[in-house]
Amino acid sequence: MPSLKDLRNRIASVKATQKITKAMQMVAAAKLRRAQMAAEAARPYAQRMSAVLGNIASGVTVGPDTPRLLAGTGGDQVHLLVVCTAERGLCGAFNSSIARLARDHANRLLREGKTVKIICVGKKGYDILRRQFAAQIIDLVDLRSVRTLGFEQGDQIAQKVLALFEAGEFDVATLFYSRFQSVIAQIPTAQQIIPAQIEAGGVSTDAVYDYEPDEGEILATLLPRNLTIQIFRALLENAASEQGARMSAMDSATRNAGEMIKKQTMTYNRSRQAMITKELIEIISGAEAL
Amino acid sequence: MAPFTFELVSPERVLFSGSVEAVVLPAVEGDMTVLAGHAPMMTALKTGFLVVTDNPGNGKRILIRGGFADINQNGLTVLAERALPAEELTTDVLDHEILQAEMAYDATNDPAAKHVAEATIAQLREAKEALSF
Repeated sequence: MPSLKDLRNRIASVKATQKITKAMQMVAAAKLRRAQMAAEAARPYAQRMSAVLGNIASGVTVGPDTPRLLAGTGGDQVHLLVVCTAERGLCGAFNSSIARLARDHANRLLREGKTVKIICVGKKGYDILRRQFAAQIIDLVDLRSVRTLGFEQGDQIAQKVLALFEAGEFDVATLFYSRFQSVIAQIPTAQQIIPAQIEAGGVSTDAVYDYEPDEGEILATLLPRNLTIQIFRALLENAASEQGARMSAMDSATRNAGEMIKKQTMTYNRSRQAMITKELIEIISGAEAL
Repeated sequence: MAPFTFELVSPERVLFSGSVEAVVLPAVEGDMTVLAGHAPMMTALKTGFLVVTDNPGNGKRILIRGGFADINQNGLTVLAERALPAEELTTDVLDHEILQAEMAYDATNDPAAKHVAEATIAQLREAKEALSF
């Protein structure tokens, strides 16, 4: 039976924890608003980009001259997984669900006898994947020092991926991130980025498009840029998802703390009551005995 | 003149969306003006000022750094890699951009990349001069 003082201390500590989780929730909510706005602002560009790319690509027949970013290397022996996670924990299942998706994917590829290489973006994913795939992880991109995600970060990662591709280090690249659907729903997503997935359709024109400079050259610059955009977008979606996940995780933590405080206060009051009753009984029975 | 739909998007945000009279684009093969009913075309852009005329006699300058313009029957869409409206643009910002371009120039050994960086620096200097008017 804990003493009254113990109970009081315990309640005080849970209250302190609750204050922290509450503060974290509010910070996450503020950050979420900004991250969500950034993610939504980036969407039009990515959409237009894929529409434009779809327009051009639908007119191109795959041949030996087609850029390899679009046509692929012809093989699918070596796979590169770009796993984007957060730099910090305390955001529910956010990091582990992305890592799990990547791990399942990697395990399946390994079973099929393929070679797997992994680039981790964000420390948390690295920490999780390192246990099983220490040999496969070739790089870690640290975004901890980055305050606001800019296009440069996406570009930096894209350049890394492109350099590896040019060097023939892999055939297929897949990007893992969490798509932000709403505050309570973030969907871990795997997206193939090399060779580029082209959405069919777009604007159908009867008129012939003029290209300046020629089609091939535009495609050659458009494809790497598309890669950058896809990665940049993934980073933004991830940032929004992270804050959303943290917000709901901290919300439930605050609620749990509240429940715990309620229960402990009840126990505290009961034992206080019991103590008083006991003392009264002692005094009364002492008086009776006289 | 008939208005047409123009959209300017950069990776971070949509800078302009609406109906305009004319747009001057800094295309790689020379500046060009797009009016309503332009033939469908797709062109790469270099660093330079894009001029939007939404009302006759009312132009707006936006500095863009590379990108693409897509002209089709629905209007004109510009995908700019970086875009800075003239109001937000000062010589300090441009100096910073020039410095970054020069750093990119120094950082690379690839002749093609060096050539691109060199052109960017020249175009930025040009933009800086144009701004001081």
